[in-house]
Amino acid sequence: MSFLKGRTGLIILGIALLILPFMLGMAGTAWVRIMNFAVLYVLLALGLNIVVGYAGLLDLGYIAFFAVGAYVYALLASPHFGLHLPFWIILPIGAFVACIAGMVLGAPTLRLRGDYLAIVTLGFGEIVRIFMNNLSNPINITNGPKGVNLIDPFHIGPINFAKTDTIAGLDVSGPIKYYYFLLLVLIGVIIINRRLQDSRIGRAWVAIREDEMAAKAAGINTRNIKLLAFAMGASFGGISGGMFAAIQGFVSPESFILNESIMVLAMVVLGGMGNIWGVVAGAIVLAFVPEILRYTVEPAQMALFGHTLIEPEVLRMLIFGSALVLTMRFRPAGFWPETRHKRELVEAAEK
Amino acid sequence: MTSALLEARGVGKRFGGVQALKDVSITIHQGEVYGLIGPNGAGKTTFFNVLTGLYPRDGGEVLFAGAPLNLASPHEVAKAGIARTFQNIRLFGNMTALENVMVGRHVRTHAGVFGAMLRLRSERAEEEAIRRRSEELLHYVGVADRANDLARHLSYGDQRRLEIARALATEPRLLALDEPAAGMNATETAALRVLIDGLRTDGLTVLLIEHDVKLVMGLCDRVAVLEYGEKIAEDVPAVVRADPKVIEAYIGTSAH
Repeated sequence: MSFLKGRTGLIILGIALLILPFMLGMAGTAWVRIMNFAVLYVLLALGLNIVVGYAGLLDLGYIAFFAVGAYVYALLASPHFGLHLPFWIILPIGAFVACIAGMVLGAPTLRLRGDYLAIVTLGFGEIVRIFMNNLSNPINITNGPKGVNLIDPFHIGPINFAKTDTIAGLDVSGPIKYYYFLLLVLIGVIIINRRLQDSRIGRAWVAIREDEMAAKAAGINTRNIKLLAFAMGASFGGISGGMFAAIQGFVSPESFILNESIMVLAMVVLGGMGNIWGVVAGAIVLAFVPEILRYTVEPAQMALFGHTLIEPEVLRMLIFGSALVLTMRFRPAGFWPETRHKRELVEAAEK
Repeated sequence: MTSALLEARGVGKRFGGVQALKDVSITIHQGEVYGLIGPNGAGKTTFFNVLTGLYPRDGGEVLFAGAPLNLASPHEVAKAGIARTFQNIRLFGNMTALENVMVGRHVRTHAGVFGAMLRLRSERAEEEAIRRRSEELLHYVGVADRANDLARHLSYGDQRRLEIARALATEPRLLALDEPAAGMNATETAALRVLIDGLRTDGLTVLLIEHDVKLVMGLCDRVAVLEYGEKIAEDVPAVVRADPKVIEAYIGTSAH
């Protein structure tokens, strides 16, 4: 990102991100909402990147941690139990519970790698979803497939994130407020990710990915470090889940199907495993493409043929499928691969 | 030279019906270069893997610096002060040479997740110390000019040296090298010899498994010979070389 290296680049990016929701808002509040979900996906992808990208542990059930975070928020801030805790208490609780869930998944799978780990994590993701679906009997905890409704939005002092406020003549809608909050969280998560990457722990993760036996022999307690990767990844998922529940106002098990896990994994893989900016780009592109299709494919077909030939959903799967195949064929490291290679090129040029 | 750094007593290892190691006892003295040789399949690498915790042992015990060595997991062994290299080089291919050595510092440093996230002064200082020490070690083994290259792009000889640097980063008291000269040309082997000699001069104890008998005989203070999982000789090179059992193991029985 050479154009962002300089301070001017950073300022331009910052201003662009600040006015973005108002620009999108002109096209309709729906687009701000879509942007918010895209940022949620970025957060998820960055969390999964720790597990898959850094530590090399293929996790196909990552959405389970998102689900845990969402349900923690839903149960602690809705009429379902009559609890209405503020979000700044619930989000850390959600992260903590998800972190525990991550270790519960991590502990029995420490000896597994590759395909076997993928199968177990896939099963774990489904188990969590099925639990959410069935924990309505005999004691109604999750309200089963009906989901939890009327979840509290965020409140900061007098500001209600579900209502529109007018500040200095500008209408600041609920989604726009969430956007700014998400942006702050995203910046925090990116900073944390970068710091982890260049730390003793981050190096240990990559070492395990590269050669687990050599990592052990070099003195790394691979069991603890792998558990840590699961726990960290899961906590990010839990925080995102909490925000998802608040933004959506409603959670049900349907939101946490296997497809979602695969979607997040595709974002990490397409963007460039292990590289933060690649993962961010991958997540934004993959989150926006279906929405853009939804808004363009049908009108375009209507205008051309007078009726809809291909459903946008079908087209979406077709595009995703071919994108994945082509990426694996031509850019197996993703569109924006890990920076280590780039660093090497820069050093060579400096000599 | 007389105090024992490592004492293996009656170490055994069995894979199914194969007795890979039978009652192997060796003593490595502080500050010496100790060679372990033997024909192919004699159990040298198995002994190595037992000693470094990669394989569970089936019998015997290992004393290190006077205390029983916890062989339950490789990282405990590394922590106790035994570092190793692998016969088939095992580097972290997609990390730079410098990062490979920095990973070796893991076991002697402490920064955790929260330290890394908050980047407090103590963590920054530790990170800086890790980097500095790793650069020194790269310099020591002679691959400092490739510090920022990916490990997999290094030449074969440099990879061997880098692996030694990574092992040294764990601050070992005993450095165990598994066939470090395998696949090296004459120049690289000569340079390796100088490196190991230097390690001895700097007071490190070295355990060397090697096929290159000339290198072992020229370099080692004492040599043990394994055959079919049993130790058949242990002494200074000149004596071992003349031992009929050793000659038999290597060349075969002479016709009577």
